[in-house]
Amino acid sequence: MLKLIVCIKQVPMVSELPWDSRTGTLKREVAEGMMNPACKHAVEAALYLKQKHGAHITAIAMGPPMAEEVLYEALSLGADRGILLTDKRMAGADTLVTSLILAEAIKKECTDFDLVLCGSETSDSETAQVGPQLAEELNVPGAAYVEHLEIENRIVRIKRLADDFLETMEMTLPGLVTITTGHFHPRYASMGGLEEAFNTADITILDADGLGLDPDLTGLKSSPTKILDVYSPVANKKNTVITGAVKKIVDNIFDTYGDKIGGTIGKDLKTHEHDDD
Amino acid sequence: MVDSGKDIWVFGDYRNYFRNRVTLQLLSKATELASTTGGRVCAVVFGSDVDEYVNEYIAHGARTVYVIDHASLKSYKVDTYVDLMHRLAFEHNPDTILIGATCFGKEFAPRVAKRLSTGLTSDCIDLEINSDGLLVQTAPSFGGNLLAKIITPKHRPQMATVRPGVFKELPHDYEVTGEIRRVPLPRDLPPDRVRLISSTHEPRRTQKIEHAKIVVCGGRGMGSKNKFKKLFELAEIIDGEVGATRPVVYSNWAPQDSLVGQAGRQIKPQVLFSFGISGAIQHTAALEDAKFIIAVNKNPEAAMMKLADVAVVADANQVCAALIKELKKRIRS
Repeated sequence: MLKLIVCIKQVPMVSELPWDSRTGTLKREVAEGMMNPACKHAVEAALYLKQKHGAHITAIAMGPPMAEEVLYEALSLGADRGILLTDKRMAGADTLVTSLILAEAIKKECTDFDLVLCGSETSDSETAQVGPQLAEELNVPGAAYVEHLEIENRIVRIKRLADDFLETMEMTLPGLVTITTGHFHPRYASMGGLEEAFNTADITILDADGLGLDPDLTGLKSSPTKILDVYSPVANKKNTVITGAVKKIVDNIFDTYGDKIGGTIGKDLKTHEHDDD
Repeated sequence: MVDSGKDIWVFGDYRNYFRNRVTLQLLSKATELASTTGGRVCAVVFGSDVDEYVNEYIAHGARTVYVIDHASLKSYKVDTYVDLMHRLAFEHNPDTILIGATCFGKEFAPRVAKRLSTGLTSDCIDLEINSDGLLVQTAPSFGGNLLAKIITPKHRPQMATVRPGVFKELPHDYEVTGEIRRVPLPRDLPPDRVRLISSTHEPRRTQKIEHAKIVVCGGRGMGSKNKFKKLFELAEIIDGEVGATRPVVYSNWAPQDSLVGQAGRQIKPQVLFSFGISGAIQHTAALEDAKFIIAVNKNPEAAMMKLADVAVVADANQVCAALIKELKKRIRS
């Protein structure tokens, strides 16, 4: 039976977020979370392999305690085991340290894995770096931006579109893939399934000591990259602000900018009979 | 002996040469940075029969080009390229390595950084040298509503990826000469663990949206897939194209093809209507060439509203519906 690992991340549901101005990192504990979209596709890819070949799926998440929610979601969908890596010392880790911690967890808890699946990128930071770095750390072959995959005789065959090249590649297991949102459209977690997961879930929670991490290792201090400053990119352009009733707004747009819009499409939008309603 | 420890390296990503000029753009930026740090600008090229690229990189600012030219490197191979880059960087200790954020670069760069145990900042939109001589890397952060300035104070090289189109290339100068350092393929190079079975060039169809004079973009603020459909109706009336933000594409309200942003399409309409978009930098970076922007959002403080020429503080769905109604009337009359 295939041993699959899916690394999933909980990301903030909303984009306007509280952040810690001192450290320049996000206050994840006060944001409402959801499973990162690409990670959902990675879970779906794992479920596809499980249905086809039979597999044991371990879902791993790293984050604050509330990140356990995405593990319940994965378990309700068909993952068999969840591992939550949570410790204040891990907070603020950049991609290098994150991939190191994930690799430690995999080496400790599921060292005989066949395939690791990650989402190609997260919606909150979009670096797309953790997957490839995890492949390095585990010293296995890896392929990023995978759209489709099949496994046969311990060889994983991958299809992806990269830089305008449609590529088919093969690698021998064990390996790592990062999955895009192009294929493997995720199924939805049913409420019943979620409830069952909450009641019967097999979730292991590990902190830095439980993982056996170097006591000197902390997310913020061990990361090579440091955030100097975080700021809002908005340049206050001199613009016109329109408020009021929708009908008035639309009339205002056509009266003032009708020339511009109409000129672009070659139509006269300015002359018309005003409704007197 | 030149101190190579100050050098700025640019990875020669020549695949799709005529469409993807990110290497030339990075050489231009590296030249500007090197004028402050005093390092040399070097390009690093792996491949088979790559002299034309080597010469092109010299003409665009590379003073030294490290070349590994071997028949076995005919197609891009990430495992092998990571190995080669790691060996070269380990030997020469460059101060900085810049890599284009192509699909290949985004897979290649993190692995090189990991092997060198150094930091990597993804999708930088600006690079500068601060008073300590450190590379300050400005990159989108927290979903793109904020920008972060990031440094790699203690680890070398400093590494960054940059999307195509962020920097402007220098005009070429075929008079300048550069040093070409040919490096033999290492004898102990392990076979690539990922085997390329087939690779077919699928030139990305230029979408109408990239040339459209009018674009109607919608974000999550439209509320639902059904409500988002109204934008297609509006676009049809004004001969425009529909664009979408990442969350919209993720939610399957609009096709992947319509993604406007750093990872999708760059647009340059005469008029852009923006509905229910907060204005993450990954989206707004693709709007720099939009001539005139009308944004509709309930939140007057949204970044998209600050960027617009006309900021309409109202419900995006209602304004969209009213525009459709009014346009039908006016176009008929």
